[in-house]
Amino acid sequence: MIAFNKYYNHFNAVSTFLIVASLILLVFKGLNFGIDFKGGTLIELRSTDTKISVSSLRDKFSQMNLGDVSVKKFGNDTDYLIKFENKDNKKNIIEEIKSNLDKSFGNNFNFRRVENVGPKVSAELLKSGVIAISLSLAIMLFYIWIRFEWQFSLGAILALFHDVIVTLGVFSLFSLEINLSIIAAVLTIVGYSMNDTVVIFDRVRENLRKYADIKIYELTNISINETLSRTIITSATTLLALLAIYLFGGEILKGFSLAMIMGVIFGTYSSIYIANAVLVRLKVSQKTVLREDKE
Amino acid sequence: MLYFSKLRILFISLFSLLFILIASSNLFKVDDGFFDKKINLGLDLQGGSYLLLEIDNDPVIEQKLQNLTTTIRNYFKDKDIKINNIKIDKQNIFFNVLDQNKKIIIDTFEDENSDINPYYPRFKSHQLILEDTGLNFKVSFSKQGLIALKTSSQDQAIEIVRRRIDEVGTNEPNILKRGNNRILVELPGLDDPMRVKSLLGKTANLTFRFVTNDNNDSFGVDKLKFEDGLDEATVSKRIIISGDNLLDAQPKMDTQTNQTIVSFSLDRVGAKRFGKATSTGIGKQLAIVLDGKIISAPVVRDTIASGSGQISGDFTFQTATDLALLLRSGALPAPLNIIEERTVGPDLGQDSINAGMIALAIGFLLVIIFMFVKYRIFGLITNVTLIINLFILLGILTLFEATLTLPGIAGIILTVGMAVDANVLIFERIKEELKDEKNNIIAFDSGYTKSRTAIIDANITTLLAAIILFFMGSGPVKGFSVTLGVGIFTTLFSVYFIARLFTSIYVSKNRNKEKLI
Repeated sequence: MIAFNKYYNHFNAVSTFLIVASLILLVFKGLNFGIDFKGGTLIELRSTDTKISVSSLRDKFSQMNLGDVSVKKFGNDTDYLIKFENKDNKKNIIEEIKSNLDKSFGNNFNFRRVENVGPKVSAELLKSGVIAISLSLAIMLFYIWIRFEWQFSLGAILALFHDVIVTLGVFSLFSLEINLSIIAAVLTIVGYSMNDTVVIFDRVRENLRKYADIKIYELTNISINETLSRTIITSATTLLALLAIYLFGGEILKGFSLAMIMGVIFGTYSSIYIANAVLVRLKVSQKTVLREDKE
Repeated sequence: MLYFSKLRILFISLFSLLFILIASSNLFKVDDGFFDKKINLGLDLQGGSYLLLEIDNDPVIEQKLQNLTTTIRNYFKDKDIKINNIKIDKQNIFFNVLDQNKKIIIDTFEDENSDINPYYPRFKSHQLILEDTGLNFKVSFSKQGLIALKTSSQDQAIEIVRRRIDEVGTNEPNILKRGNNRILVELPGLDDPMRVKSLLGKTANLTFRFVTNDNNDSFGVDKLKFEDGLDEATVSKRIIISGDNLLDAQPKMDTQTNQTIVSFSLDRVGAKRFGKATSTGIGKQLAIVLDGKIISAPVVRDTIASGSGQISGDFTFQTATDLALLLRSGALPAPLNIIEERTVGPDLGQDSINAGMIALAIGFLLVIIFMFVKYRIFGLITNVTLIINLFILLGILTLFEATLTLPGIAGIILTVGMAVDANVLIFERIKEELKDEKNNIIAFDSGYTKSRTAIIDANITTLLAAIILFFMGSGPVKGFSVTLGVGIFTTLFSVYFIARLFTSIYVSKNRNKEKLI
């Protein structure tokens, strides 16, 4: 049996640090919102001419009066991702860019993807994203509240907040782009983290009923160990699947799978070190669960 | 828990087989009315354009208010009440009357059978609100009046949008209302999204009006620019004919000048008016105005009574074709703005499909190998279940002709990863039970029973997340929530019916074997 409980305090300190650091990052550095939430235009280009360099393309774009333009390689050597704000919301901007590029580089570009999100829509998308995440946290809280006692709810929700905040913190730290698919990933992380916590809690509750004389500090450790192989196998298969998406699923799914991979790791960790530590700190005992059984 | 009746086995087998068949119908072309269903590919996979259009209703409101001032003035003129100081801003009309007439005005506006202020009994509201500001009267649209106005301009706009897109000839466009001032257009497999965008971006409000030098024209005048943006002309506000009078419009080649033109034919009313105007206006310039810009202003040389004519301008064949198309399909009631656009080229779509399928195959393989190494015979059971699960999932998506997007494929891969969870929970529990219980069958039985609450709880949490995503998410992300959500049900079915069936067969045959799992 692994003594997970010996490190509750250590890892709680680590987690507190991570959460505070993430919050500081989120407040002061902020998130790198993509055009979905900031508005603007995104173009994915593929050139048939391998001699064209990023810097020449960048120069060309900065001459087009598009404001702040970002030109980056995208996966392949011949693929480029161009982003700009499109402040004036010019209607024929794509046609203009096309003819400009054709003039300078010849007809060598294939416009693989064009996305243009107006300021109104991006504000709405951001709002609905925030609502979706808040709503999912609220519903999880409610679900766990009717299924378990309040001490368990608190533990599960703290674990959830930890996972969401730290994942976003990492995105902020590395300036990774937040777009619609990241919201989907965060929601899935919420589901997964909850899933993982619930399985261990289910066992804790069962053991609380079984053993009257074991203290919660020991009991959580027993429960974690009993469910450990399941925890490892499920997170391993999920990570394998996500790794396949990350490595082979193409550029578009990279951010999504990366967020999910982090979420699964944080979710597994927090189920053990946050959710269960909360139970210990709240001094949950057999009385806690028996009271409910009587009701 | 381990016992299955023959009927049940038959049912499970048939059910699984059915979905495998439905899923495989995606691979073949069948036209028998049942197996011809296919999973739709989202725009991000098959390529195409997603456009969200917003109707700019402000000009409509202004126009309506403009018309209303005339109505109000005339209506009260008949009752010998003079309306003074009429002013219009963007949302309101202001006017004054003599104090003794105030009551009649208020009564007229608040009467449920009012001639100038329609009453909506269903909403207990008038179309217009009249306010006495102290200085003057203020008339504006009520909330309900605005909704009615927006709904009607949306209805008209969606009809025009549909006609224009049909004329371009895109296959299976999807045109839907969003809210009361937006239109969603999905165009799969579009070759030239820019052309459609420019077609939808034009109001196509066509009028024929005389050029005038008389600034005291009784209808008022507009100073309008020519298409080229250089010249200007003063044009009377009197409309001779408008786009509504057109029966048909076609691009043509003028054999004399070798120029591309748009020829049109007019309805009876239009032909009559056009004939009259051209007979009285010989020698004058007739401006052809499209969306506030003059295309051309030819001099009338002859009376045109035939009801047909032509528009010349600086056209290429493409622009003439598009103008004719716009004129045939009619003018939009209000300008449309494209507020969101997502276009994916067909080759990127195909690349995404390939990448998604490779990721699915590799993810699947990794999970299967892992499970087999870890659990051997039970790993094998899990793997077979996983494959059937995948087919049922695809079968259900096919049956409902769901739309598969790239995030949707990610959802399927994720389902593969998480689907083993339930089986693992059960097998691990059975292992624990076997420590105290020597009877294999009893251990298996209680393993299934005792793991149930954890499995249900765990799956409900994921399902809740998927449901929220379905209602809050948009576009491709919605596809993710669908596959994730449906995946939960197919997983539970395959774990509790298929995997359990295999497990029960194996355990019954090896009931006395030690170290079974």
